[in-house]
Amino acid sequence: MITFDGVSKRFPDGTLAVDNFSITIPSRTTTVFVGSSGSGKTTLLRMINRMVDPTGGAIRIDDEDVSTLEPVALRRRVGYVMQNSGLLPHRTVVDNVATVPLLTGVPKREAREAALQLMDTVGLDRALAERYPSQLSGGQQQRVGVARGLANDPNILLMDEPFGAVDPLVRSELQQELLRIQKELAKTIVFVTHDIDEAFLLGDQVVILSTGGRIAQVGTPEEILAHPADEFVDNFIGAERGRRALSIKNVHGKDVVVDGTGRLAGILRVPSGESSRTV
Amino acid sequence: MTWVLANLEQIWELTVAHILLSIAPILLGFVLAVPIGWFAHRFRVSRGVVLTVCGLLYTIPSLALIVAMPTILGTKILDPLNLIVTLTLYAIALMVRTATDAFDAVSKDVIQSSTAVGFGAWRRFWQVELPLAGPVLLAGLRVVSTSTVSLVTLGALVGMSGLGYLFTNGYQRNFPTEILTGIVGTVLIAVVFDVLLVLIGRMLLPWARVDEAARRGAGSARVKAVAA
Repeated sequence: MITFDGVSKRFPDGTLAVDNFSITIPSRTTTVFVGSSGSGKTTLLRMINRMVDPTGGAIRIDDEDVSTLEPVALRRRVGYVMQNSGLLPHRTVVDNVATVPLLTGVPKREAREAALQLMDTVGLDRALAERYPSQLSGGQQQRVGVARGLANDPNILLMDEPFGAVDPLVRSELQQELLRIQKELAKTIVFVTHDIDEAFLLGDQVVILSTGGRIAQVGTPEEILAHPADEFVDNFIGAERGRRALSIKNVHGKDVVVDGTGRLAGILRVPSGESSRTV
Repeated sequence: MTWVLANLEQIWELTVAHILLSIAPILLGFVLAVPIGWFAHRFRVSRGVVLTVCGLLYTIPSLALIVAMPTILGTKILDPLNLIVTLTLYAIALMVRTATDAFDAVSKDVIQSSTAVGFGAWRRFWQVELPLAGPVLLAGLRVVSTSTVSLVTLGALVGMSGLGYLFTNGYQRNFPTEILTGIVGTVLIAVVFDVLLVLIGRMLLPWARVDEAARRGAGSARVKAVAA
């Protein structure tokens, strides 16, 4: 469990990135911070592993105040995945995955063996092990980033817009992969994104942030969708523009779902076992 | 040619002396310039001062500096240390700017992500910043190496050994073959040094070539890799 307790961050230049922010992030679930730029979401994430220190309030991991923990040791036990993967360009894929175990003194052979297994976990062909990151596609690099984040078997995985820079098709693949991995490993994931659809897909708990780290709404995707707290949330999740209001249109005997803006959302499929269309 | 063959032994001796006199300033200059360059890269305030001092240092006439060295260092006039210290200073002056640029060129994303996964400052320098600055450092070192090998010939003017002796001696005797031999020998040393540096670079920085190839052929390489 991660607790933010009245956390504030004022940068030296005077900007207040986060103002009196409190929330509880339950263990073994995924919490998504979603907001536009300037919402302080990345700052919040970085405060968990002390890449940024708050100027007020406290952050606790299982009742341990992070400000009392040594930053380097803390970072080694918290997984971190960032946009553009942040891989070490001068190390091969397998060595990149093994970065953290190697830092903590795991013997090289052992670390590499474990890294190869992790490559399987994230769906990377072992044949890529001896390549350098620049020889991989964006999607593959991101997978390496996820594998590296998992390498020390951390309880907590921090993900800072990890799929932001890949094309939509690969992104959706990576999202599904993350859901599968999370089902298997059940980490405490804190995920930052500006994409509300990504937030709803991945989050058990979604935190919608407005400027300055102000919480606009916290809840499950269903709760937020069903009862948006205010106009800001309405706007943000696209309900106001009608993107979330779906209706059925019959086209040549097939039920087609369209949203309020008239955009085609999909085809209505009757769940197997039900014969009639009682929607 | 007959002169060269007849004096092969002396030419070889001068070549060895030349090589020995070159190696120390190149290595010392590199080893000293890298931390100074890192400092200038890391601390903005020091940057202007350091880079200006290095620029000024390079404008001091080399011969004047060599001649002044015994007074500054308290060494004997014929001490090779005078030449070595002078050339080291020039090497530093040349190398610091490149070293600063080399560290500047290391991706901020990579530095940040290595901090985030738990590199302490010390290990991050040795295992991330220094190797990634490698390609630019190597380029700078190659310039320093060539320039130092050619500057060592100046030593002959103050009675030091090295292929420069063939210049002064050939000039006094009005014997162009000897001068030409000195020039060819100096160029050969410079080329051999350069080739060695490139080979060492390939050995230590195997990823740099891959990286460059990927950048150049970004299109085709990526397409092949998109399988994921």
